[in-house]
Amino acid sequence: MNLDDALQTFIIEARELLEDMEAALLSIEQNPDDADTINAIFRAAHTIKGSAGLFGFDHVVSFTHVAESVLDKVRNGAIPVTSELVAIFLAVSDHLGNLISGIAAGNEPDAAMQALADELVAKLGSYLGQNAQANSPLPVATEAETPLERENSGGVDSDSWHISLRFGPDVLRNGMDPLSFIRYLSTFGKIVGIFTLADQVPTLSELDPEKSYFGFEIAFQTDADKETIEGAFEFVRDDALIRILPPHSLISEYQRLIEALPQEELRLGEILVRCGTLTQHELDVALNRQADHPSGPAHPLGEVLVDQKVVQPKVVEAALDKQKQVKDAKGAESGLIRVNADNLDDHINLIGELIIASAGANLIAQQTANPELHEAVARLSRLVEEVRDSALTLRMVQIGATFKRFQRVVRDVSADLGKDIRLEISGGDTDLDKTVVEKIGDPLTHLVRNSMDHGIEPVEVRLARGKPAYGTVHLNAYHDSGSIVIEVVDDGGGLKRDRILAKAVERGLIKPEQQLSDQEIHQLIFMPGFSTVEQVSNLSGRGVGMDVVYRNITALRGTVDVDSTEGVGTTMRIRLPLTLAIIDGFLVGVSASSFVVPLDMVVECVELPPEQTGDSQGHDHLNLRGEVLPFIRLKEIFDVPELAPFSPDGDEEDDDTEAGTSRLSGATGLLTEEGAAALAKDPELAFLLNPVSRENVVVVQYAGRRAGLVVDKLMGEFQTVIRPLGEVFNGLEGISGFTILGNGNVALILDVPGLVRRVAGNESRRNGGSGISLQSAKDDGAGRKLIGVGGAQ
Amino acid sequence: MSSSAACGRLEIKGELNIFTAAELRLQLLEAIATCTELEVDLAHVSEIDSAGLQLMLAAKREAVLRKLTLRFTGHSPAVCDVLELCKLSGQLGDPVLIHSPS
Repeated sequence: MNLDDALQTFIIEARELLEDMEAALLSIEQNPDDADTINAIFRAAHTIKGSAGLFGFDHVVSFTHVAESVLDKVRNGAIPVTSELVAIFLAVSDHLGNLISGIAAGNEPDAAMQALADELVAKLGSYLGQNAQANSPLPVATEAETPLERENSGGVDSDSWHISLRFGPDVLRNGMDPLSFIRYLSTFGKIVGIFTLADQVPTLSELDPEKSYFGFEIAFQTDADKETIEGAFEFVRDDALIRILPPHSLISEYQRLIEALPQEELRLGEILVRCGTLTQHELDVALNRQADHPSGPAHPLGEVLVDQKVVQPKVVEAALDKQKQVKDAKGAESGLIRVNADNLDDHINLIGELIIASAGANLIAQQTANPELHEAVARLSRLVEEVRDSALTLRMVQIGATFKRFQRVVRDVSADLGKDIRLEISGGDTDLDKTVVEKIGDPLTHLVRNSMDHGIEPVEVRLARGKPAYGTVHLNAYHDSGSIVIEVVDDGGGLKRDRILAKAVERGLIKPEQQLSDQEIHQLIFMPGFSTVEQVSNLSGRGVGMDVVYRNITALRGTVDVDSTEGVGTTMRIRLPLTLAIIDGFLVGVSASSFVVPLDMVVECVELPPEQTGDSQGHDHLNLRGEVLPFIRLKEIFDVPELAPFSPDGDEEDDDTEAGTSRLSGATGLLTEEGAAALAKDPELAFLLNPVSRENVVVVQYAGRRAGLVVDKLMGEFQTVIRPLGEVFNGLEGISGFTILGNGNVALILDVPGLVRRVAGNESRRNGGSGISLQSAKDDGAGRKLIGVGGAQ
Repeated sequence: MSSSAACGRLEIKGELNIFTAAELRLQLLEAIATCTELEVDLAHVSEIDSAGLQLMLAAKREAVLRKLTLRFTGHSPAVCDVLELCKLSGQLGDPVLIHSPS
């Protein structure tokens, strides 16, 4: 790991911390008394400051420091949490984000950024009641007070004693002044460093003026022995907690001291500096060395210090334990490994290849009569399948994080619009592919904004309609037959059907005499350039956007539809495939071609009785246990040529046939010319040998609609590595991609949503045109003696 | 140090220690309650101990809580000495005039 890598890690971590911070800020606004959340915000700021310091980003450090000082006061309850404060900190978090982006791009902050920073610092400073800089100087500046002669001493100042003092509350009442002991110390030695622990001092109104609140950590240089030093505290021995640690030895004592320190969240360096075990100078040297050292960041600071013999290993261990306790709490939140997304994609691609290769091996194994090989290949297939599943889950992320980001969007937009809108989130633990998550953010933002701007009515209208004054936008996600469904629900005014219709006619999108279902009318809002809003706001209403949303979602092989009731609310429903890379497919054969149906969408398979294959070709409905099932013949849709009947010269065609038919072809290859002639004479024998004439129906379901796909052969489950079709085939209907079969042939992957839509479209067109309802279509079918179909295969 | 209309001023004379802390605390509380900006002159503090130091810190914290400006000014040599001993000027945040050793 070199410094650049470490910098990348810093940038990524800082961004994550800022996200956490933002989330915490938004939640603190609702629950101003939640100490955990305040601490989370403080920790985020503190960690960013600390890490930025390691890399020498002074502008980040100084800016964050001011924010941290204010946060510290918030944490202590000295400053109440107000929405004004939250707004400032949101701006602070945004500014930090910009600073981090600047660092990522390698830019120094420009004048505009600096002006913004100054403005924010001034605002923050007003909370500190003083000039922020003067009130809380940077730690670096404070430590500069360390006496200069120590700079030249080099190495460890090992001849310093360390004295840790915690005075009991009654010291003052007993007539002793803690300060006098420190003064006394300086009579026989030199106080090298002192840190006054004044955290316990309360506000004036709570102060007991006669109670002692102070503690001190002192590094002390003297020629005197321990007894003399102890003697200095003779009179307070019963009233104070005194630890005197001689130099060099007693490492265990150092350990105990560090463990006993009451502070919760000190960085290792700070602990050691405060203990006087280490001076700021030594810490700086160690930090510089860490930064200069190519392998530095891989070594924790502690190791570096030990390497330089600055501190004893056990001391570091104790300090690290202390830190670890703090970290463990954080670790539980995110026990994660960071992996480069490209590596993961490569990995998934390789597994795709592995699946294809194993399918090939499987095929060859089936052609040999070697049971051991069969067994080995079966085991291999099972393992490959498991590897695939686990690799795909690696790519899965929960959508919750994406949803949470909308808290900010909703907050900002509702402030802009002057509406009181609340965001509700459910289904945040729903997993979906990382690529999908990344790409769904923008469309989702647009839908949410649209709902807030157009959906939620002004307060007066809401109250008049008997709704609560505040509007609600609800984000929901769930899994549904191999898809993830994301809903944006608002309780606003709903889509105005008549106005959309009028607008569509005006724009020439539809003809006035066209009869459209509500669903189809709602879908019109996704047409380019479509907006019914009279007033264009800066958020939406310009007619760009919804069509972009539609395009983006379609590009992800998803769909979006709208449910809306005027006056009650609107639900936008995005439906996306769960993963974009590998799916469980169901392989079917049509003539010599193979097709893959995503297995998640397959409900059942039934046999299409031979009676229906012949003269009743025109039918496109069948009776599935009393329900009308529209079906389509893939052979017709894709114009697949009929498999040539058995012919002695059929060998060339055999080359084109895929897995399922190859065995059959093998069989026909055995036929002699006489045999073929006999077949031609005996249709029964031909039928027995040629089961292709029986067709099957694969019942698929998408978005609550069912349709049947008529195919020749059912070839079973097949792990399908989805390959996109080239741009030339972009407009191809009914096909969403292709895959490579074990024998190297290509199978097309069916676009079930498209096919289902097509079937449903046929149906509604026919129904609309002839004015026949679904019920009468059923009657119509029954009139033509629909044949009852038996159970599933 | 500019003074505004709501500016109050309190002068502490003599001892700022355990013997006077209770009384000074009440004075400070009273002053804090009546004005939005308070200047406390320490020029005539002859003696200060940790009780006095605590009082100063506590007053600062109180001021922050009530969003009023509290300044300690004119630190006497005794005060400077103690602040230097404890390295506390940073926490108090007021400009301290360093007295040249005479």
